[in-house]
Order: sequence, then C-alpha cells, then structure tokens
Amino acid sequence: MPELLRVATAGSVDDGKSTLIGRLLYDSKSLFDDQLDHVERVSRQRGDEYTDLALLTDGLRAEREQGITIDVAYRYFATPRRSFILADTPGHVQYTRNMVTGASTTDAAIILVDARNGMTEQSRRHAVLAALLGVEHVVVCVNKMDLVGWSQEVFDSLVSEFEDFSVRLRIPDLSFIPVSALLGDNVVDASANMPWFDGTPLLRHLEHMHIAGDRNLVDVRLPVQLVVRPHSHEHHDHRGYAGSVAGGVLRAGDRVRVLPSGFETEITQILGPDGPVEEAFPTMSVQVLLADDIDVSRGDMICRPGNMPSITQELDAHVCWMDETSELVPGTMYALKHTTKWARAKVTGIDYRLNTDTLHRDREAGSLTLNDIGRVRLRASVPLFVDAYEHNRETGSFILVDEGTNRTVGAGIVLSRTSA
Amino acid sequence: MTRYQLDELDALESESIHIIREVAAEMQRPVMLFSGGKDSVLMLSLALRAFAPAPIPFPVMHIDTGLNFPEVIEFRDRMVEQFGLRLIVASVQDAIDRGLVREEPNGSRNRIQTRVLLEAAEKNGFDALFGGARRDEEKARAKERVFSFRDEFGGWDPKNQRPELWRLYNGRVFPGESVRVFPLSNWTELDVWRYIEHRAVEVPPLYYAAERDVVERDGMLFAVNEFVRPGAEEEVERRRVRYRTMGDANLTAAVESDADTVDKIITEIAATRLTERGATRGDDRVSDSSMEDRKREGYF
Repeated sequence: MPELLRVATAGSVDDGKSTLIGRLLYDSKSLFDDQLDHVERVSRQRGDEYTDLALLTDGLRAEREQGITIDVAYRYFATPRRSFILADTPGHVQYTRNMVTGASTTDAAIILVDARNGMTEQSRRHAVLAALLGVEHVVVCVNKMDLVGWSQEVFDSLVSEFEDFSVRLRIPDLSFIPVSALLGDNVVDASANMPWFDGTPLLRHLEHMHIAGDRNLVDVRLPVQLVVRPHSHEHHDHRGYAGSVAGGVLRAGDRVRVLPSGFETEITQILGPDGPVEEAFPTMSVQVLLADDIDVSRGDMICRPGNMPSITQELDAHVCWMDETSELVPGTMYALKHTTKWARAKVTGIDYRLNTDTLHRDREAGSLTLNDIGRVRLRASVPLFVDAYEHNRETGSFILVDEGTNRTVGAGIVLSRTSA
Repeated sequence: MTRYQLDELDALESESIHIIREVAAEMQRPVMLFSGGKDSVLMLSLALRAFAPAPIPFPVMHIDTGLNFPEVIEFRDRMVEQFGLRLIVASVQDAIDRGLVREEPNGSRNRIQTRVLLEAAEKNGFDALFGGARRDEEKARAKERVFSFRDEFGGWDPKNQRPELWRLYNGRVFPGESVRVFPLSNWTELDVWRYIEHRAVEVPPLYYAAERDVVERDGMLFAVNEFVRPGAEEEVERRRVRYRTMGDANLTAAVESDADTVDKIITEIAATRLTERGATRGDDRVSDSSMEDRKREGYF
C-alpha cells in the first residue's frame, strides 16, 4: 500500500495554482473523462483560448464567476508510489484564513511564484505562514517560465531572492523548480525547454520526499477523547481510554502517568481499530487499557512518568487572527480548544505583530485584525498540557472561538518559551 | 514502508475514527445517516470500530425516498438487526402525503428529501448529523469542511465557512443550529473498495456484477425494476452490469461490468475513465452548480 502525502499549494492570485493542480492531475492521468469533457465544454462556452484547468478545482459558483479561489478545494490522486491529498488554497489576501486551514495539516507546501513578477507580498506571507505552521517541506515552483523565455537567469535571481528572505524562517527542506503549469514543463514530465535545470520535475520530487522523520516518536502523548465503557455483562470491566496518538510509541507493559491527576499505572493492552495491537504510534486511533482503575476522562493526557508536557495556564504563542468582524485585544476572553480539552482563555498581552512582508516586529501593536499574526500571551482557565509546536504539532496548537458567535477566530502556535 | 508509518488505509481509518469519537464526545444529540449505500456502510463500520466493544452511542437515520432498490432496504434492515442499531426512518412518501413537499415533475425526489431531512433533524433535536459524502465525489463537496456548520435553516454558506485547523474541530452551535460531519472526507472511491476488501465489509449485492434486464436512456443503462418500466419504444436487453452508486432506483444507472468480486471491482475502478457520479447519476447532470445549490438548501 502507498503512503499518504498531504500537500498544500499557495501563491498569489493569478500565479497559476489551480492550473498547476489541473496540470498535475491531467499529466498524471488522474482526471476522469467526464471531468475533462466538462471543463473543455465550459472553457469553450466562455470563449477561452485554451482549456482552463483551474475549473477543476474552483468548485463554487462565486469562484468560477470571479476566476479566483475563495476556499480550499481538496483533490485526490495516486501514483504507484504515493497517494496524495492536495489542498488548493486561496491566494487572495482576504482568504488567508482558508490558506491556513489547508496548510495546518499538510506535510509539504508548494508555493507558486510568477517568474515575471518575482516574490510578492503574498508569496512572502505564505512562506512565513508555512514556516510558522511547521510545514517541513517547501517547494517553490517558479511558474510561467514560458513567458520569460525559459530564462535560467530569471530563475536563478528568483531563487536567491527567495533564499535571502527565507534564511530568517524555519524551513528545514526548501527546494526550487522552474515550471510552466500551462504547458506542463517540469510538472510531471521533465522540460525540454529548460535543459539547464538539473533537478527533478514536481511530481517526482513529491513522490520521493522523505517524510518519515517528520513525526515525533519520542515523547508519548495520548490525549483522551472519551472512555469506552460497555454496559454489558460480557465486557463489564472494560475501560478503554480512547484517543489518537499525538506523539511517541506506546506498548503494553509501559509505565504511564495520567495528567492532571498524576497517577501512575501500566498499560495492560492496546486496541487498534481491528483489535489488539502491540504498539501504538502517531496518528493511530486506539484504546488504551490500564492496570489500575483510576480517574481518567476526556481532556486528560496519558504520557510517560519521565517525559511530560508542560502543565501550565500561561501560554506564549503565535496567533493568526481569522475573524473580520472582531479584533484580538488584551483583556478579551475566548473559548480555547487544545487537544481534546476546552477551556477559557483571556488575552493578557500582545508582544508584537509580525509584518509578514518585512519580518519586522511591531511592538506597539495594540490589537490583531483579520489575517494578522502576532505573538500573544494568554491565561487559560485550567491547566493545559502543552509542548512547543516545533516539537509536537498536536500538543502545541490550539484554536480560539468567539463565545458570542461560535466562530473559530484564532489559530495558536505554542512557542518553546512557554513554561510551567 | 518505514516502521511507525501508517499506510494509506490505516491512516484514513484512524482519521475517520478520530472524527467520529470527537462528535460522540462533544455533541449533544448526534445521528448517523444510513442508507445502505457503500459509503454509509463504510461509515457505520468505522463507527462500530470507534466504540467497540460498546455499542454505537447514537441512532442511525434513513431518509427514505420511497424509491429505493428493495435489495438495499433488506440490507439496511439486516444491518440494523445484526448490530443492534436504533433506526429512525424519515419518509419522503409520507411527507408528500402530508403535503409538506410536492413531487417534482421530473420524478426525482433528490431535492425534496432535503425538507424531510431538516424536519426529522428538528423533530429529534439532532445537533450533529454524520454523512458519508466524500470530497472526491463532486467539486462543491471538495470544498466542504469535516465539521460543516449549518444555520437554523439547515443552510450551508460556502463563502463563509469556519476555519478548520489541525484536528481541532469546532462543533459549537446554538440551539437550532447544527453541524454536518463528514468522516469520509478524505477517502476516494478506490480507498472505499480497498477498505471493503481489507476489513471484509459486507455491502449490498447490487454492487456486484450480474446478468440484469436493462434499458438504455440518455446513454446510461437502467435496470428494469418496479421504478424503471421499459417504454413502448425501448428495447430490453440482458446485460452483465453492476451499480457503482446507490441512489434512487428510478435515476441510478448501472454500468457494464464483469466485476463480481471485490477484487475485480478494485481492478475495474483503478482503470476506469469516468467518475462514479458522472457514470451513474442522472440527477447530477442538471447544471454546473446543482450540488452547490442543493447543499445551500440543506442537502447532504
């Protein structure tokens, strides 16, 4: 069976993201005839000069009318080596929150840059967001190479421009590919027009990307979702602590500590979706059975006695603000969801607002508005069991919800200086 | 495959179970839509695994259009019996008889079933409704969140969806509002069949190829049954066909196929050049935005 790779595309409006995805699907023979017939027919009706492959992913009427992507569209395709979940995210600055939605779960990000324009404010913003969201692999596709005469010089200068900017960001694996999404060069097939490029085409690059090392197999973290407790004679004593493994490897016989109670006990059995398993690791959904009958419920965390997350009510985090109708200001209270736990949180301070274009930190900022990113301090109503996001995406992330509207208004990324 | 790396099916299975458990833990009154089609059978199978050895802690509901393949209803009832499920049936025929909805001229009950669904959800006070829709089915569905908010009218606002970060699902709603939850969002048709093989999931017999009497309409093959009567001009042929989807019996077409085992179906789907809806659903051929429009009105 193939591995699953989650990829998000990002880039400015008109950089050709949807076209690139269309090309990837078309050239890898992942498109169905009826989908293609449909796109060809609509393109013809509109009088386009060529088949607009963007119509494949722009699934909403408003998107097709305006020719822009408003929300994430997910596409699925497979090669013998890997199965891909592609999140086509919006480029328009207004819809940055939807880009963040698509990028939060991804293994790799493709950032498109128009060869004619160089880096734009949006490409810098997307690079910053990918880095903050801990996307390990970033592929910069320099698109529309056909419109700059397949020029190596243009490509090279864009590469150095991007590298100059990204040197201040944490992007462990950064690579560059010159492409023409419209004509297909270096998307699936190598380009005959750019013999000077000695790298691999995009699809091959994605197929061979090494992702096994990206997850945390060291620090055991199992946030408890619910307790499976059958009310039947046959399974009268069954107490299964259900959750998906957020970090580390668990085995029967392991000593574990349960937070917040601090009780220690031993794992007697682990049940996977199809019965007992020897080991559990990220991101398996399991039930853990424990030797002692202790108090464990939703929102608790199972970890190892010598390796625990920080237990804290004080959070120091990057927050991406996603609401157009309100702003984040100190003193405001929100509902906060972290792993399987809801709490309330009060904003105690804004250290700075990050200018994603210049990476300047504005320490005078008194608020965050739509699409702003800032470093924010919060105090939670109950202790949370957190790790720095860079060590664990699951225990290092949270969302803020406006209790007046129930809208998700903020995304939080816990910084390493958070301490007990 | 590296050690400690889930393969694709195991990753999808765990993701779906995680979603189902989140709903059971956080929502007040969840319900799972169950029609007997392969996606809902898969979803049910995942729900059984999410809570085993305990039973599923919520009921299942069927919006019965009255135009079902009899084999699917038999299958539904057998599953209910076998797994001790609580089944709620909301009947479109009953709603027509009561005057809640009116039959549409084209004979499709696809659109009017939405009213019946919304009425049943309101009457039972459901705040979370699981659906087996997949993002790979259709381009409006490709846009939808896993937890998809619905206002008090059951409406979807695709331009204003809640951001959905990581696996931190936000199911908070006020009274009268609800979420639609799609645990199979990231599955493809091929994944579904591979999983049916992997875990030996039973699906209705109509999915497997057999000799059936068919008529050809608009380039599609419809098996003759109580809802599809051959017209005077139509020629009835005996062909070897199977169903790729289970919609209403009057509008769901069969495809020519020799695939009479799961293994053969997987081979067939891996090679097919048509999407399942494009190949078999007369009701989806209305317009470019028909699915989006129906979803805005509260359709699944």
